[in-house]
Amino acid sequence: MPLWTLFGLLEGKQTTSWPLAEGKDGQAGVLGMPRYHPDRCGEGCEACAEICPTEAITMRSGTGEGGRLAIDYGRCVVCQLCTEACPTEAMTPSADWAFGVNRRDDLVWRPHPEPVKAAQATARRSFRRSLHIRHVDSGSCNGCESELQALNNPFYNLHRLGIFFTASPRFADLLLVTGSVTYAMREPLRATYEAMPEPRWVVAVGTCAVSGGIAEGGYACGHGLEGVVPVDVYLPGCPPNPAAIIEALLMFLERAPQRVCGGRIVD
Amino acid sequence: MQKPKKMAPEQLEAAANRLLDGDGRMQMVYAWYPEPDRIELRYVAHERSLKPFSVWSCRPSKPVPSLARIWPLLSWYEREITDLFGFPFHDQPQPEPLVLLSGVEPAVPPFAPNYPAGVELSVKASKISLPAIAGAEAAVQLLPFGPVRADVLESAEFLFLYIGEAILHLSTRLFFKHRGMEKRFEGKSPELAVTLAERVSGVGSIAHALAYCQAVETASNCTVPPRARFLRVLLAELERLYNHLHYFGHLCHTTTLKVGEAEGKLLEERAKQLNGRLTGSRFLRGVLAPGGLRRDLSPQGWLSAEIEALRETFAAYAARLEDTDSYLDRLITTGPLDKEVAFEQGATGPIERGSGVDRDLRRDHPYAAYADLPFAVALRDAGDAHARAQVRMDEVNSSIAIMQQVLERLPEGPVRNPCEIMPRSEGLGWSESPRGTLFYAVHFDEDAKLARVKIKSPSFSNWRAFPFTVHQTNMMDYAINEASFGLTIAGCDR
Repeated sequence: MPLWTLFGLLEGKQTTSWPLAEGKDGQAGVLGMPRYHPDRCGEGCEACAEICPTEAITMRSGTGEGGRLAIDYGRCVVCQLCTEACPTEAMTPSADWAFGVNRRDDLVWRPHPEPVKAAQATARRSFRRSLHIRHVDSGSCNGCESELQALNNPFYNLHRLGIFFTASPRFADLLLVTGSVTYAMREPLRATYEAMPEPRWVVAVGTCAVSGGIAEGGYACGHGLEGVVPVDVYLPGCPPNPAAIIEALLMFLERAPQRVCGGRIVD
Repeated sequence: MQKPKKMAPEQLEAAANRLLDGDGRMQMVYAWYPEPDRIELRYVAHERSLKPFSVWSCRPSKPVPSLARIWPLLSWYEREITDLFGFPFHDQPQPEPLVLLSGVEPAVPPFAPNYPAGVELSVKASKISLPAIAGAEAAVQLLPFGPVRADVLESAEFLFLYIGEAILHLSTRLFFKHRGMEKRFEGKSPELAVTLAERVSGVGSIAHALAYCQAVETASNCTVPPRARFLRVLLAELERLYNHLHYFGHLCHTTTLKVGEAEGKLLEERAKQLNGRLTGSRFLRGVLAPGGLRRDLSPQGWLSAEIEALRETFAAYAARLEDTDSYLDRLITTGPLDKEVAFEQGATGPIERGSGVDRDLRRDHPYAAYADLPFAVALRDAGDAHARAQVRMDEVNSSIAIMQQVLERLPEGPVRNPCEIMPRSEGLGWSESPRGTLFYAVHFDEDAKLARVKIKSPSFSNWRAFPFTVHQTNMMDYAINEASFGLTIAGCDR
């Protein structure tokens, strides 16, 4: 019988000091939402909008400061096709994966994003050191679950931040939903929400939960959480990586600022 | 691809029996509409290794007999066709809905050409069907668990009929996550649909995209440049690596070996971070394309050392696991799956190989560069949870050995050839995913757009076999047994 504890201790501390102190977020090389540079858009070019699989990019009527594209990062599945299709580098790859916001609007690109207001002291603050989350998979590809499960590996060790997953909705403060909400999961999801005590909040994790994602429409899926339960935090990504999920949860708890506004990181 | 063999409904049973007697194995049956008013069934069968899969085509003019009594694994495929195409099989042994929730009775089946666009299915009262219990009925209790379960898990419902600690019967209700993914492919251009294939099962992104791309390449007679073929193997084995490492972390969780769980999950995290560094995606997405890769990768000079470091840590970890009585005691003899049941019910991947069924698509029907990369197929015959874990343990090692070979021999050159799709062409593609055999059958319409894509995921096969290891066992072992199967639901439900 090997001495597991001894071998464990010999490994040393494996947990990152990020985000509480300087340290690795573990996402070296990971690509995030493509960045939009309206001034580089070629005349008459619609390559990115044509190739976008989820209509996150559409052509705008009329021109002006915003350029010719309307971009909704709440629909982006981070496939990077637009960055390859664009002949003029108006859409470029980036490491902007931390895209959690409080308002759905902030995922839509606009020319003059007003600075994000510092968090107001709200009821959420009472949960800063002890937040209990109930997760519901409403029809995902299992990518989001894989990253949620990673949150409790020794590298991220979510517990150290006072954030826990709980089995019962009765003990939960926050409902974390992944997946595009299939016709069969809509009622179980609503029942879980109804079973939570107030105050209760909802975070939509992954582009599927935010807007329906790749499976949107068709005979079995709607448009994510839209019109199903009220949403307090939106975190698109396909899937959002564990560090992005941590940032969004800290933002929800008002322990970190919202960094995204007008469809880009503005800090 | 071999030309499909045309068959009349009355010839099917004899052909199915011949396949069984000839040591072949049925893979799947699917349906599609070659013309808006004509349905066609396609049976895919393995006859011999290193020979193309044979495909039977049946355009039913009269009732088609169910082949589930000859090939029990076909039962789920037939029921899926009945649900989604409204096409009945004569004398189906279990004529109940499978893919659609009970209580969903669409006027037009979702895959019929006249299904109204944009209309979502709705559920009337959903009822659960359970086997009748004879004898001391009062003592038997029902425990429904799900679809929202404990912890961070995928959604599915499990119905246990039990007495005290003993499980009499397990009914699984999957397909709560059915997203209608196959239909999402229809009308798409073959290049853009890779994005869809990558999102059928997140932890199988490469296996799905690879099988899909290979199906498109078969349909268009497109060859893949050597460098891309080798890099595809590298990606597929990186996917196997992080999945199998996750498996051990989770298995330790169910056997309450806490440090083992932490170490397994840390190894998985290290593997995922390598994925991110190599491709920009922790799930290796956004790289594959029909004809090769979307862009070149540069693994040379750094990846080999990282993988070697992982191998060393894993070797010590695996040796400790195999020397830990509390862990082994809970795996040995748990959830036994007979070789015969594994074969008949269509178990696949590490599950069938743990029960002594010696099959691996990488060796039997090689694709990408596997024909140039010899490896030993992991095999055990005990059929219990321990055998399934040991197969995966061996596969981590062979996977790393394959990757090191790839990195040593990686040829230079382009990574993509153009694929020109012929109108009304078709192709079959496959890959051995971390969880077993995965098939994509693609059909193109007259505009060279996708007309039908059928996905056979490994978990669809293994979920069918799983309950056979649960009936007549006990509650204590259930979670361990489920973990030893390493199932996902997203791919199964689609």
